[in-house]
Amino acid sequence: MDVISGLALGFGNALTPINLGWALLGCFLGTAIGVLPGIGPALTIALLLPVTFKVEATGAFILFCGIFYGAMYGGSTTSILLNTPGESGSIITALEGAKMARHGRAGPALVTAAIGSFVAGTVGTLGISFVGPVVVDLALKLGPAEYFSLMVLCFVTVSAVLGGSALRGLASLGFGLMLGLVGIDLQTGQPRLTFGVPELLDGVNVVLVAVALFAVGETMYLAWRHVEGKQEIRPVGRLWMSGSDWRRSIGPWLRGSFLGFPFGVLPAGGTEMPTMLSYYAERKLVRPEHRDEFGTTGAIEGVAGPEAANNAAAAGILVPMLTLGLPTSATAAIMLSAFQSYGIQPGPLLFTEQAPLVWTLIASLYIANVMLVVLNLPLVGLWARILKIPTPQLYAGILVFATIGTYGISNSVIDLVLLYGIGIVAMFMRRFDFPTAPVVIGMILGPMAEQALRQALTISQGDWSTFVTRPISLGILLVAALALLGPRLWGAWRGRAA
Amino acid sequence: MTPPSRTEGTPRADLGAGLFVVLLGLVTLYAAWAIPESPLYAQVGAKPIPTLVGAILVILGLALSATALRGGWSGGLEEEMAAPPVNWRALALLGAGLLVQIALIDALGFVVAATIQYVLVCAAFGSRRPLRDLAIGAAVTLGAYLAFSRLLGVNIGAGVLEGIL
Repeated sequence: MDVISGLALGFGNALTPINLGWALLGCFLGTAIGVLPGIGPALTIALLLPVTFKVEATGAFILFCGIFYGAMYGGSTTSILLNTPGESGSIITALEGAKMARHGRAGPALVTAAIGSFVAGTVGTLGISFVGPVVVDLALKLGPAEYFSLMVLCFVTVSAVLGGSALRGLASLGFGLMLGLVGIDLQTGQPRLTFGVPELLDGVNVVLVAVALFAVGETMYLAWRHVEGKQEIRPVGRLWMSGSDWRRSIGPWLRGSFLGFPFGVLPAGGTEMPTMLSYYAERKLVRPEHRDEFGTTGAIEGVAGPEAANNAAAAGILVPMLTLGLPTSATAAIMLSAFQSYGIQPGPLLFTEQAPLVWTLIASLYIANVMLVVLNLPLVGLWARILKIPTPQLYAGILVFATIGTYGISNSVIDLVLLYGIGIVAMFMRRFDFPTAPVVIGMILGPMAEQALRQALTISQGDWSTFVTRPISLGILLVAALALLGPRLWGAWRGRAA
Repeated sequence: MTPPSRTEGTPRADLGAGLFVVLLGLVTLYAAWAIPESPLYAQVGAKPIPTLVGAILVILGLALSATALRGGWSGGLEEEMAAPPVNWRALALLGAGLLVQIALIDALGFVVAATIQYVLVCAAFGSRRPLRDLAIGAAVTLGAYLAFSRLLGVNIGAGVLEGIL
């Protein structure tokens, strides 16, 4: 199916009243929850996974896409008004956005973030529609050996390349891989890492782990460091951009979008790098008379560019998720498990076997994007009010929802013990600066990688050299090795030269 | 200014984190070793991957411990340098909230257990009005229960209040 007829089919499905309702609900929920400091789309979608038992796949994914895009919009509001970025991608937005808000320019910062997100969402969604099918054609040529190598590359990039330290990133990944191993081995039927606990035979639920990492751990960490006092919320002011604001924003929006999208598509998915690059680019490219605003009163370019890059990258992450079945962010990993709970395995065959679903999902991304820009600006007063929920009520509420979402999985107290136990580990991970996203990715991708490894070795009749004798597989592994060791070798070489 | 004792304590704390990763690896290795050899034929059985993951965790943990012994990493974190002292009162109240939930959810049901948890967590974060928290908590947990059980169709089990509804 070509792109145009695919989109026509998708829009036909997505524009029914009930599906529009799902999209609206998703956008609304996503924004509201994205605004809450500290919780993001991964947690929201994880808690709403039970929807998959009740609602047919199309409706559920439209809802999830709305949450996905909505939570990103909401996150920028929090970064600007409260200076507490909800996810790593909006750290840079908080940098300049909070400064603008402090100098009474919260309104223009919010508008440029919202329109920038819309521009980036449009570029990103167009990218998904046109790049997706191309990737599918390439992916169909890959065998299990190549898949395994691709997953190794994914592991390396999400844990060792991004973030503060390769060691800590890889340790987080290892923790995730370990959690993924728990349960009955599907190929031999043997229980693994269950320590004799019958509840663990089915494995550790990914919802439980996501909720433990993102809700329980975060809440515990905040309690650990809690100081009495109120956070200051900056007033929104007038939602209006002057002519000069527009002129200064358009370039950064477009540059940010086109910079961000490829980063999301590569299995090196992640929003930190493109947002940072966009920030530095805008700082270099800004007209001299505005250069002083960076880092002092807040420059609008420093909000427009990174915010667009963040959204475009997040959209790009859907490409490897849908076409290869490779999640490269925590949110994508949770979405993948939603597909699995419908018995659908994302991958190259998804575009042929589930064509209506895929194209409806893509069409609903366009719709969510438009809905958000229409919905978000008039409602910004409401979103700012959500920020006024007092801290005690907010975190007590988050724990209530974390608990009910987990207890609902199997009504087992063992699950709650695991939830709080992993939550304690997550609290220490926060304290010692271990990233949490690799845990979720390792947990989802680990079992898939093991399966690919076993298939590849079955095909090669146990010959491990299959991974390095097949040229594509070797190439991918070399890129992974380069990504892991390159920065260190480079550093050592520079250290010697200096 | 960070008190000098904290700065000295940091590498030791980092060592703890490194050793925890080693422990995790050893547990994984032990569990992998305990998997019986499968009678079924398979090129790669159930054991190799868990063994590999365990070994990787041990190596990473040792490397982290070595980093810790050379001075650690978290002393240089901006967040840690600006961090206030540990709030034991908040942690204790939060911990109590979690324990109450685990202890009571089967006997009294979600709504009652979660309402008590709600009040304790509010207190942990400095709320001084437990009665108001109790009222809000009851409303929030009841709302969450109805949303999950009626709208999402999730079975949240039976309890004291759930039976009446």
